[in-house]
Amino acid sequence: MLIKPYGDTLNDGKVQLSFTLPINYGPIATEAAKELAKKMGLNDPSIVHSESIGNEYTFFVVYGSTPHSIEPNSITVKTIDSPTYSKEEIETMIEEKIGRNIIFVGASTGTDAHTVGIDAIMNMKGYAGHYGLERYKHIQTYNMGSQVQNEEFIRKAKEVKADVLLVSQTVTQKDIHLKNLIELVELLEAEGMREKVILIVGGARITHELAKELGYDAGFGPGKFAEDVASFSVHELIRRNRLAIE
Amino acid sequence: MNKLNLNNSKIVECRQMAASIADNVQSFINKHTTVTIERSVLRMMGIDGIDAFEVPICNLMVDDVVKSGDLSLGISIYLASALKSTGLTLDDFVKEYVNSSKTLIHYPLINQSEADVILKPYVDNGINRMIETRKRRHELQSKYPGKNTEIYVIVATGNIHEDIIQATAAAKAGADIIAVIRTTGQSLLDYVPYGITTEGFGGTYATQANFRIMREALDKVSSEENRYIKLVNYASGLCMPEIAIMGAFERLDILLNDSMYGIIFRDINMQRTFVDQYFSRLINAYAGIIINTGEDNYLTTSDAVEQAHTVLASQFINEQFASKARLSKRLMGLGHAFEIDPNIENGFLYELAQAELTREIFPDSPLKYMPPTKHISGNIFRAYQQNTLFNVVTTMTNQSIHLLGMMTEAIHTPFMQDRFLAIQNALMVQKTMKSIYEEMRFKDNGIIQLRAQRVLDDAHELLNKILKQTLFKALEEGVFADIKRSFNGGKGLEGVFIKNSNYFNPVLIRLQEDEYVD
Repeated sequence: MLIKPYGDTLNDGKVQLSFTLPINYGPIATEAAKELAKKMGLNDPSIVHSESIGNEYTFFVVYGSTPHSIEPNSITVKTIDSPTYSKEEIETMIEEKIGRNIIFVGASTGTDAHTVGIDAIMNMKGYAGHYGLERYKHIQTYNMGSQVQNEEFIRKAKEVKADVLLVSQTVTQKDIHLKNLIELVELLEAEGMREKVILIVGGARITHELAKELGYDAGFGPGKFAEDVASFSVHELIRRNRLAIE
Repeated sequence: MNKLNLNNSKIVECRQMAASIADNVQSFINKHTTVTIERSVLRMMGIDGIDAFEVPICNLMVDDVVKSGDLSLGISIYLASALKSTGLTLDDFVKEYVNSSKTLIHYPLINQSEADVILKPYVDNGINRMIETRKRRHELQSKYPGKNTEIYVIVATGNIHEDIIQATAAAKAGADIIAVIRTTGQSLLDYVPYGITTEGFGGTYATQANFRIMREALDKVSSEENRYIKLVNYASGLCMPEIAIMGAFERLDILLNDSMYGIIFRDINMQRTFVDQYFSRLINAYAGIIINTGEDNYLTTSDAVEQAHTVLASQFINEQFASKARLSKRLMGLGHAFEIDPNIENGFLYELAQAELTREIFPDSPLKYMPPTKHISGNIFRAYQQNTLFNVVTTMTNQSIHLLGMMTEAIHTPFMQDRFLAIQNALMVQKTMKSIYEEMRFKDNGIIQLRAQRVLDDAHELLNKILKQTLFKALEEGVFADIKRSFNGGKGLEGVFIKNSNYFNPVLIRLQEDEYVD
């Protein structure tokens, strides 16, 4: 079934957007914004607000209808197919099926100075009521904080014999995070460590699909918590152990 | 003002404990110098510029002494000896130094009194330049007096020319204070980059040339808008004193300069940071630059409800370190933040309690109040709502330096329109709630009063604990932001030197002993 944005009537295609043009406020500016919205493909664009936001810059709020529609059935998205368990279920699984502590090493790598993401997953407190990995029984965590170089990260992983590596990328600019993420995979491969660890990346702009493309085992975007990361990791460890036995 | 019914003797005791905590660290500080302090001494005397490989001359000279001389004597004795032997002026010597293979330790060392005479004109030049800059700021601020609550926004394009466009637009839209965020990672560089820069990640390099052209642009807007637009940059990191000198010369008005931020959040060695922050703050005090402290950051890692007292305890400590560096209360921009999870019942009341508590305990300080960041999602509409709540607390408690939240926090560095909408939000709150601070009282023994009193009690207890174990040990245990740092760990320890009994630093004496009007 084809779908379109929903304003107040099915398939009216209504969208809202806002932008700034480098032009003085006035009738010409408003018309320019309208023309631009048309070029974007919007039908009946309406400039509901325009305002000068400094010399030679005007801000617009625009509504319009898109002529396009989407067939959701034709879309495939790579998602993590292992289920998410509760903290207690995860602890029991480790106890019964792995029989030793699992070691996580995490960091916000490269030049990224933000620790919000890695802290939300790893620290005792967790985020939004979801406890972090540090609080899990049988999980041992090393949170290295921010601006950790890939080499340093790998050194730590070796030193503590990490099972799972968590890389966080919060604010990314000019795609520097991609370069940095790829470099980590290359370094791990050169060290012969890539297959020995579960490699996970998380961040506001990360999807599982992107993570797989970059050579990671999984990617976690917004709205994911410690239990999602732990569930995947435990599941994957058990799967690998089974493969090793077979 | 005592809206919170706080126990005044408790506040006095907190100050006394914080003073003792700082005393203990200060005796350590007084025995040490660092590579960046010595480089800043060279900068004060007028040495600037880079060699063909873009290495700052200051770094070359200090590295010479670290490698083959004895930095515990201070860089100044080496420089004076070189000038004496060559008979050259400083400018001419620097030119020759860059082009020759002779290092700074090539010359026989002279005695201190002789060195003092040789360097005096250069030290005077630097000091006078700071004094002139301070006077100029004073003139402009008398012409365009500031407001109680000033709106602070950030620009961070990576390109200083683009930053100027954005800063100008923001000032015209109503911002009073402009901060140029530094490129990620600059705090970990043990040198200051040089010249006008057009590339950076998540920010723009802090260089003296960038400071200068941004200051010029903001002076232009100041005269057009009849408001003095303040300029901010960041000192914290491995080059705190050098950035302070650059700021003193180019008329920065505010510098982020925390006594512990680098230790906790950048894993810079604690010995290095404590020694550097002192020298850096002496310069800020002399130059009349407001410092901003970074307690707000604690709450991005720790929980804002449970750990609120660590912010207050740290503010008491930062205040004492600032006093030791001769900063007046008027220059102590202590930091705090609005970071309570908006889903917590009465969370707004706790924010109000904390903000008023800070206002009452530090009545003469230009408090820096930071917006929500931790509980901001990609839902920009929700973020705008949270920022409105934050703006309301700012006005209700008369905060001074009001750092605006962006609806696109953690999505991208702000668009021009993001900044504009944030300023509109703050201005509307300021106007519609203008006199709320004078009008409002809190219920006796109500939620707000009891919360504030409890935070003060907890801070009191924490300071007592830190006093018993020393600040060094407390940091090792992770008392702030739940982050543990070891005495000998972190970056930059190799740049710390115990001062020789013959240590010579003609700039330090001036900074410590000159009389100046604040």
